[in-house]
Amino acid sequence: MNCWHVRAALRGRPFLAHVTYGRRGAATESRPYMSTTMNQAVTKRKQPATGTPGFVSAILGSLTPADWLFKQTTLLFALAISGTLVLIVVEMATNSTLTFEKFGWSFITRSMWNPVLDDFGALPFIYGTAVSSLIGLLIAVPVSVGVAVFLVETAPRKLATPISFVVQLLAAIPSVVYGLWAIFVLAPLLRDQVYPAIQSKLGFLPLFQGNPNGLGLLTAGIILSVMVVPIITAVTTDVMRAVPPSQREAALALGATKWEATLIILQNARSGITGAVILGLGRAVGETMAVTMVIGNRPEISASLFEPSFTIASAIANEFTEATSEVYRHALVELGLILFVITFAINVAARLLVWAATRRQGEAARA
Amino acid sequence: MTRERAAWKHGSTGLPQLFSVLLTATLLTISLAGCGSPGGGGDTEIKIQGAGATFPNPLYQKWFAEYNKSHSNVKFDYQSIGSGGGIKQISSRTVDFGGSDAPMKDEELKAAPGELLHIPTVLGAVVVTYNLPSVKTELNLTPEAIAGAFLGKITRWNDAAIASANAGVSLPDAPITIVHRSDGSGTSFVFTDYLSKVSPEWKEKVGAGGAVQWPAGGGEKGNEGVTGRVKQTPNSMGYTELIYAEENKLPVASIRNSTGQFVRPSLDSTTAAASGIAGQMPDDLRVSITNAPGATAYPISSFTYLLVYKEQQDQAKGKALVDFLWWAIHDGEQMAKDKLYAPLPDEVVKKSEAKIKSITFQGKPLHASGA
Amino acid sequence: MHSLWFRKVMSLTITLLTSVSACVVIGVLILILGYIGVTGVSHLSIGFLINDPKPIGDPGSGIANAVIGSFILIGVASVIGMPVGILGGLYLAEFASSRFGTALRFLIDTLTGVPSIIVGVFVWTVMVKPMGHFSALSGGVSLAIIMMPIVARTTEEMLKLVPNSMREGALALGAPVWRMSLGVVLRAAAGGVATGAMLAIARIAGETAPLLFTALSRNYTSSNISEPIASLTYQIYYYAGSPYEEWHSMAWAATLVLVAMILGINVVVRVLTRNRHQQ
Repeated sequence: MNCWHVRAALRGRPFLAHVTYGRRGAATESRPYMSTTMNQAVTKRKQPATGTPGFVSAILGSLTPADWLFKQTTLLFALAISGTLVLIVVEMATNSTLTFEKFGWSFITRSMWNPVLDDFGALPFIYGTAVSSLIGLLIAVPVSVGVAVFLVETAPRKLATPISFVVQLLAAIPSVVYGLWAIFVLAPLLRDQVYPAIQSKLGFLPLFQGNPNGLGLLTAGIILSVMVVPIITAVTTDVMRAVPPSQREAALALGATKWEATLIILQNARSGITGAVILGLGRAVGETMAVTMVIGNRPEISASLFEPSFTIASAIANEFTEATSEVYRHALVELGLILFVITFAINVAARLLVWAATRRQGEAARA
Repeated sequence: MTRERAAWKHGSTGLPQLFSVLLTATLLTISLAGCGSPGGGGDTEIKIQGAGATFPNPLYQKWFAEYNKSHSNVKFDYQSIGSGGGIKQISSRTVDFGGSDAPMKDEELKAAPGELLHIPTVLGAVVVTYNLPSVKTELNLTPEAIAGAFLGKITRWNDAAIASANAGVSLPDAPITIVHRSDGSGTSFVFTDYLSKVSPEWKEKVGAGGAVQWPAGGGEKGNEGVTGRVKQTPNSMGYTELIYAEENKLPVASIRNSTGQFVRPSLDSTTAAASGIAGQMPDDLRVSITNAPGATAYPISSFTYLLVYKEQQDQAKGKALVDFLWWAIHDGEQMAKDKLYAPLPDEVVKKSEAKIKSITFQGKPLHASGA
Repeated sequence: MHSLWFRKVMSLTITLLTSVSACVVIGVLILILGYIGVTGVSHLSIGFLINDPKPIGDPGSGIANAVIGSFILIGVASVIGMPVGILGGLYLAEFASSRFGTALRFLIDTLTGVPSIIVGVFVWTVMVKPMGHFSALSGGVSLAIIMMPIVARTTEEMLKLVPNSMREGALALGAPVWRMSLGVVLRAAAGGVATGAMLAIARIAGETAPLLFTALSRNYTSSNISEPIASLTYQIYYYAGSPYEEWHSMAWAATLVLVAMILGINVVVRVLTRNRHQQ
């Protein structure tokens, strides 16, 4: 047993520790909550993380008054950040009581949005959010996995880093800029060339019927896919690199082609990739600006993907400043609460998957 | 080099230095700027914030710029976020005045923390505009055609309901893309109010309101958004204020009014719509002039209002606001015609003057007569 | 099983497909950035950057109010968010015990995933409504709420990379804990912390949704933080949703300014953190 086992054990295992040790003892971590530039800045240090949380508490029994003050101040700030989250949840809950009293749980399943009669239901928005995100993923996942495979397997070492950086630039572009580009470049292109072509070939499906006027569910899905590709690519690359090289070597030794060996690695990394996909879903679900500019703003469920729709985030963005009655405002806040719960569940699931994936590989490496 | 030394050395990549330089620059700018405004240049500068209807926004922006030229110590800012936003923000007292085409409902007035006054500023027209690249002449539309299209029952441009009023015009066999408002809108209120008057089916299914459950089409934010969408989407139809369509060279439909004439929206037809009602305006000046009687009246015309509290909370701001309102209904009206808004009829001006004179601070009227 | 020839062809095809997807992604990026560059540059001018917007039809409109407004919003957000984030991260790295730290980290990570529109709604409820008016301060606070957890977590990760021997050394030399934390450990990790801070700034520079209900906007340059203020992102959103060609070109030029700034930060950070001591 080398000393890095001891250090790893000493480091403790907070919820998000998912460090694995590759062949040369270089730490490769996947930190999905961070941007990839940050991830790589941390990983580049090429040394095991050695700071120990609680180091000070562990080795010092008590603190001098000045130090105690320092500790309490930093604790205060840390609590402020976590407290903000709790406060947000509490505020949202207290500001959605009116609609909760009026509609109860059926708010989630009702399909109605009539501010004149104060009659609200969340289903069209949940539908729009879910379908646009799903379309986004459907397009993004094959592309992202392809790019990740390219970066890990095919690209020459020197080229991989700049290309990876360039892909990450997509994540840095603000949402409103995507929206602007989508309105003036993407939507006319889709409306004039792509949608009529799809409708002529596949128009018998209810999915592609209706009026293909460029702004609707499908366009929103397409722009979401562009926004989500960098996240999935980044986490997938990390997870693929965390697969121990022994797997690939074994496959190649048994006579596999390059692609078959890659397939083995992908299979190894599949829970991590699922985690990446779910993270992308989390981002897509919370997107506001780009979606609200192209989704057509119509709170109704329709079978066609060309028809306008509405997502939770874009509904709040459009209508919050003018929710004149309290019930109306509470309805919007309750929509926000639903969105929060959805993103929370998605993010927890994603992190668990990515953690489990990289931990399993770490154990396999040590075995 | 040991790992520890490497880690220590990494602190000097130059990044923290760059970062602290940027941070210092930012903080310096902020402190200089912060000292600039509240205390510094223009100690007596009064800033007034308004928000609301997109309907009169092009004119209001012009007004504020002109007013600032002659009254350099008062700066107005108006954000066009929709009449619904205007009503909400003035009711929450988060702005100094609101703008709305739709008069406030009784419940909304009751819910406000103080008495709100409606001061009409100009008259405008809600037009039905469309984007038909193949049609060169402006269309005539009957109320049934408009209601049918917005109800989603008339789905193609060459439908009989539209074609019958436009003999000789070759309409394309294309689906109609309906564009309406996605935000709470006074323009929507005026439009749906008109449709409720001319179409019993509309009145029953949808009704009138700033934010209704539209049976067809997709929504955009503000008159700006609707006009933009119609401009960019072939075969679309939407409703917006006259100046937006004109400035963007979009065709407007002539609508058949209550006497059977097809009237094109314009300054004159809008003024004609208000002429009948002017003598009968209620005391609080809340009125609807859609489907007004008169052979030359344009059927979807409307007043637009500025919403102010009768009892102002800040003397300097209240005085500045009152002075501006007085200027608006007298001098400002001259600029209205350029922007295709109709000036207020004289009787309405008189009633507005009375309202402005009733605005008080701690009980004393703010408007000095003759100012 | 498949023949060797088939498998080889399959492998080649997949390699080709993955290269194609990489090209597609890069192509889309070039398309977007290129379009922004080409369309934006044509409307960019010194007047554009110095003037305030004028009513439609009047010449000489600019986005000075938005540029200065964004600057001020980011400044306010940093003044609030940086110290809280860095010191909070310091607590997590240095003092937090395993269980409590896990709970805190969980909450902080959840905050990073909260959609920004919800942060805007929250700040409207707790700041704008009680205060009675929109303000740059509320806008800054909402941006700070987005920034804090990111800065805290990245600071913590960077501090954890500092080896314990440095802490031990400082303490052995008699330094008080606060001195060790701030003067030795934080200093050692300063590069990484600054990286995290700059990337957080790049992130909030592009946020629009939280500003919709907090900072509103302003049509002239304002620097008073207790009043509404313009921002580049809101102006782009507003001009994009309008019918006027002039406003569309202003939106593209403003986008160019914004994207240049954000990508500039990303590139600078990336270049400066290129590890010269790779082992």
